[in-house]
Amino acid sequence: MTDQSAGESASGALAAGTRRRALAEFWHYYSANTGAVIGLFVFAALVLMAIFAPLISPHLPQEQFRDSLLTPPAWQEGGKPMFLLGTDAVGRDILSRLIHGARYSLFIGLVVVVFALVSGIVLGILAGYFGGWVDALIMRVMDIILSFPSLLLALVLVAILGPGLFNAMLAIAIVLQPHFARLTRAAVMAEKNREYVTASRIAGASHLRLMLRTILPNCVAPLIVQATLSFSNAILEAAALGFLGMGAQPPIPEWGTMLATAREFILRAPWVVTFPGLAILITVLAINLVGDGLRDALDPKMKRS
Amino acid sequence: MLRYLLHKLALIIPTVFGISLAAFAFVRLLPGDPILALAGERGVSPERYNELIHQFGYDRPYVVQYLEYLRQVLTGDFGISIATKRPVLGEFQALFPATLELATVALIIAVLIGIPAGIFAAVKRGSWFDQATMGVALTGYSMPIFWWGLLLIIFFSGYLGWTPVSGRIGLQYFFRPTTGFMLIDSLISGRPGAFRSAVSHLILPSIVLATIPLAVIARQTRSAMLEVLSEDYVRTARAKGLSPRRVVGLHAFRNALIPIVTTIGLQVGTLMAGAILTETIFSWPGIGKWMIDAIGKRDYVVVQSGLLIIALIVMAVNLIVDVLYAVINPRIRVQ
Amino acid sequence: MRTRLTFAAALLAATVIGGTAQAKQLVYCSEASPAGFDPSPWSGGNDFDASSRTIYSRLVEFEHGKTSIMPGLAESWTVSADGLEYTFKLRPGVKFQTTDYFKPTRDLNADDVIFSFERQWKKDSPWYEYLPGTGWEYFTGMGFPELLKEIVKVDDLTVKFVLNKPEVAFLPDLGMDFSSIVSKEYADQLQKAGTLQQFTQKPVGTGPYQFVDYQVDAVIRYQAWDGYFGGRQKIDDLIFAITTDPAVRAQKLKAGECDIMSYPAPADIAGLQADANLKVDEQEGLNIGYMAYNTTQPPFDKVEVRKALNMAVNKQAIIDAVYQGAGQVAVNPIPPTMWSYNKDIKDDPYDPDAAKKMLEEAGVKDLSMKIWAMPVSRPYNPNARRVAELIQADYAKVGVKAEIVSYEWTEYRERGKAKDRDGAFQLGWTGDNGDPDNFLFLLGCSAIGQSNYAIWCNKEFEDLLQKGKATTDVAERTKIYEEAQVVFKREAPWLTIAHSKVFMPMNKKVQGFVMDPLGIHRFDGVDVAE
Repeated sequence: MTDQSAGESASGALAAGTRRRALAEFWHYYSANTGAVIGLFVFAALVLMAIFAPLISPHLPQEQFRDSLLTPPAWQEGGKPMFLLGTDAVGRDILSRLIHGARYSLFIGLVVVVFALVSGIVLGILAGYFGGWVDALIMRVMDIILSFPSLLLALVLVAILGPGLFNAMLAIAIVLQPHFARLTRAAVMAEKNREYVTASRIAGASHLRLMLRTILPNCVAPLIVQATLSFSNAILEAAALGFLGMGAQPPIPEWGTMLATAREFILRAPWVVTFPGLAILITVLAINLVGDGLRDALDPKMKRS
Repeated sequence: MLRYLLHKLALIIPTVFGISLAAFAFVRLLPGDPILALAGERGVSPERYNELIHQFGYDRPYVVQYLEYLRQVLTGDFGISIATKRPVLGEFQALFPATLELATVALIIAVLIGIPAGIFAAVKRGSWFDQATMGVALTGYSMPIFWWGLLLIIFFSGYLGWTPVSGRIGLQYFFRPTTGFMLIDSLISGRPGAFRSAVSHLILPSIVLATIPLAVIARQTRSAMLEVLSEDYVRTARAKGLSPRRVVGLHAFRNALIPIVTTIGLQVGTLMAGAILTETIFSWPGIGKWMIDAIGKRDYVVVQSGLLIIALIVMAVNLIVDVLYAVINPRIRVQ
Repeated sequence: MRTRLTFAAALLAATVIGGTAQAKQLVYCSEASPAGFDPSPWSGGNDFDASSRTIYSRLVEFEHGKTSIMPGLAESWTVSADGLEYTFKLRPGVKFQTTDYFKPTRDLNADDVIFSFERQWKKDSPWYEYLPGTGWEYFTGMGFPELLKEIVKVDDLTVKFVLNKPEVAFLPDLGMDFSSIVSKEYADQLQKAGTLQQFTQKPVGTGPYQFVDYQVDAVIRYQAWDGYFGGRQKIDDLIFAITTDPAVRAQKLKAGECDIMSYPAPADIAGLQADANLKVDEQEGLNIGYMAYNTTQPPFDKVEVRKALNMAVNKQAIIDAVYQGAGQVAVNPIPPTMWSYNKDIKDDPYDPDAAKKMLEEAGVKDLSMKIWAMPVSRPYNPNARRVAELIQADYAKVGVKAEIVSYEWTEYRERGKAKDRDGAFQLGWTGDNGDPDNFLFLLGCSAIGQSNYAIWCNKEFEDLLQKGKATTDVAERTKIYEEAQVVFKREAPWLTIAHSKVFMPMNKKVQGFVMDPLGIHRFDGVDVAE
């Protein structure tokens, strides 16, 4: 017993050192990719923007300026300097709504990824570790979910649960979760028969400890990459649902919902359509750049070249 | 090979049952009463309501309803649409060719542009071409395609007037559909200008739908080629003095084909999901738009059967991809 | 394959010989697919446009652009003194359309008229259920099962309708779409072949255009019917291009892909009006958009509270922002174009300060409520969500916190009907037959749980409503309905939002199109200049 605890504290200090070194090595590879660094900065800027939204945005997102309906952006004819990107049909400042909308998009991405990650990991571990009929059952359910086109399934789920932000997030999380489950299962199955696992099992480690402490940390890399992918996917899917009227409901300034309400103004006031879409594009692009960078940095094969 | 196929099929059967059960359950869970959906704005009397419930069998226990549904599906009866009172299978058959045509053309575009782009990017790794292509691909991949479609419509149809606004072919061309594919039918009809009209109607929606698959295929091709190009046997081939084109085109590409084919197969699901948005924006009369309208109208029968049919198609494609994969890569069969 | 190729070749030959180069074509961009081509089971304007107005005719017809009626398939009619018997003399020599799926052997006669109604009425008829789950919405909605006693064939060209009670609007009801006359001979033919479904897929009527082809969700094609009793139409090919998105319809019209379109989005109207090739007809809509309080739910059961909330809303801003000027502020529950409209009634003024005071005096503090908004665009309200957002902001200024609530369209109406519905409910109404009772019945006691979304039952109003139904004297009814509007304004069960203007943009070469107050789109009498 004492031997183990002494060994543990020594290995703890060693582990801390290794972790710091691993982080530095990781950053070395990550920063080699300029795109990924740019993406990281943009993403950080978006997060800051979302956090400090009430301080940054020039107006309240829900304030209706009845005398300035559908004002063009400030640099166009008819634009007003106080509304930099123009106003929408009810006279609300688009820039302010975009800034506040960042909160919703990032929130959506975070909640969806956390939910999908947690449930996907749990299911994947159970399936990979126990095998047999547990594996078969879980994998069949995952297959079923994956057989439906993602947007269609999300639509049906939201139709069942009722339109709204929370239900949209739940639906998207359910749709994205099989990817995590599969990844985890594959990683678990690969690690399951390794020697260090067998050694721990012989030493008397319980199932739970084996799953969480021993196997899982070695599957982290692909999960992180998948998480960033799902983050951007979640934002796109939520925007699509909002666009179809099944996501966040007005007057919430979610970017997809803003696009839905702006569709009728394509010809008359194209700025109401352009900017929310641009916001989505920039955000998703930044996250995908980060995701790419992460994949390259964490993938051992790439380090060769 | 046969064992592999049988193994795959054995896995599919429970999945298919699961899909039918899911489709059935979803529809039962949808809020809104289908009978009241039928009745419309003016409502329906309580006796008529009970009559209709009994007629549709909604008063029977769920298990009975499910088994009855399975029985009907196995005999090819996918029910009658609540909204139009027409057989669902008939409506599907009328509308599916439009989606299939759009998806096929989109996939062709994605493959014809994506694969060469990915190959060149891999071969010329690090060059401006590589950076630019991957940058464009990443952007395409991050694009909300419904917004992208709207922008293209504003620019090409509205501002430049180069492409028509919606529909599959100019309205002055009337011929009974033979294959359901407007490109083929317009050629067969022999009417002057019909084919051009069909093409001009198809361009914009297929470009929009092709955007994401193109990006994914390009990226995947590049990374698959990079993997292969760094392999020993490629270096050997180069050392032997084989021309770069032979090395790349014949040896490297062949071996990179496996993950590429898998990716293409996986894009089918993406295409179906993308078709929903694309058809909505371009008013393209296909099954994507049909499903959305059905969900909105609470047309239970259509939603249920439509979900089932679409999921079955996706599954069938995945099965074909798996088989192709096994054909290309003999190692898989042995597992 | 070979047979198909020869068919295609034959079609090509036929079109060449038929001289398509000279055929006049009109393309109408419609807003939705029709559910079918039987004029009676459905209730959507798009269903009627595609079926009853093109393919069929009725005993009486509404005059173009008006709500007054004129003879249609019936040349003349007499009404008995007690108002219970209507006898119609049918026009002789009316021909049903000859198509490749049906060749009539006789002209229209009384059997067809009787069949057209009995199939919607008699449960033992095989046609009653021929479409699973058919509701015959309008037939039941207009109260015909209780109204009709029997329909008698007096002779081949004379039909008598016997009613159970007098009904002032019976004649206009017979001009409505569900009253279209169908072919019994065709029905019998289909019944014998066992293909009853075809009745709604391949229709046969006596109207100005006959059905040619329908590509699901895409295109409907019609051809002028040579034997139409009103004379062959000048347009040879009538085409409906189904385009659900209004912005897309506007684009197609501008691009010349269609010649005429329905229901433009308010945002596009100015642009369409400015286009040199287009003209935009407009008409005051026979409709009302409103928000109904639940008058049984405190504090909305107090008149002062409802009045105060009405005064808190800036209706003109709603007209500007949502209707984009394509409408006018509504004062009464019936539109100004309706006879018996009371122009002396004053609207609740927009006065947020007074509203705030009234609320305080009524003992209302920190009111939190729900505003219901429709998820779909309706002729009387192009964007209920946006209206709700404006009202929400207005309410905030008088200290009332509102939450916007919405459901899927059918569910929305179902939940809205509930007697314990929480909050104020947006909806509207388009007139069916030009009679004030067709609007005011929405506020009657018997409509609670059906169409009375204010759950309002006021004895004074109800008595007036019943009196108005009982007499046919127009002057007397006018006085009655004017008084009813005074009661309505005083009790304020609704916030009357707007009467929308209806617009019909079209290419300048389209001539003879007349806008219909009842919202139907008729193409008889329309011509296209070269």
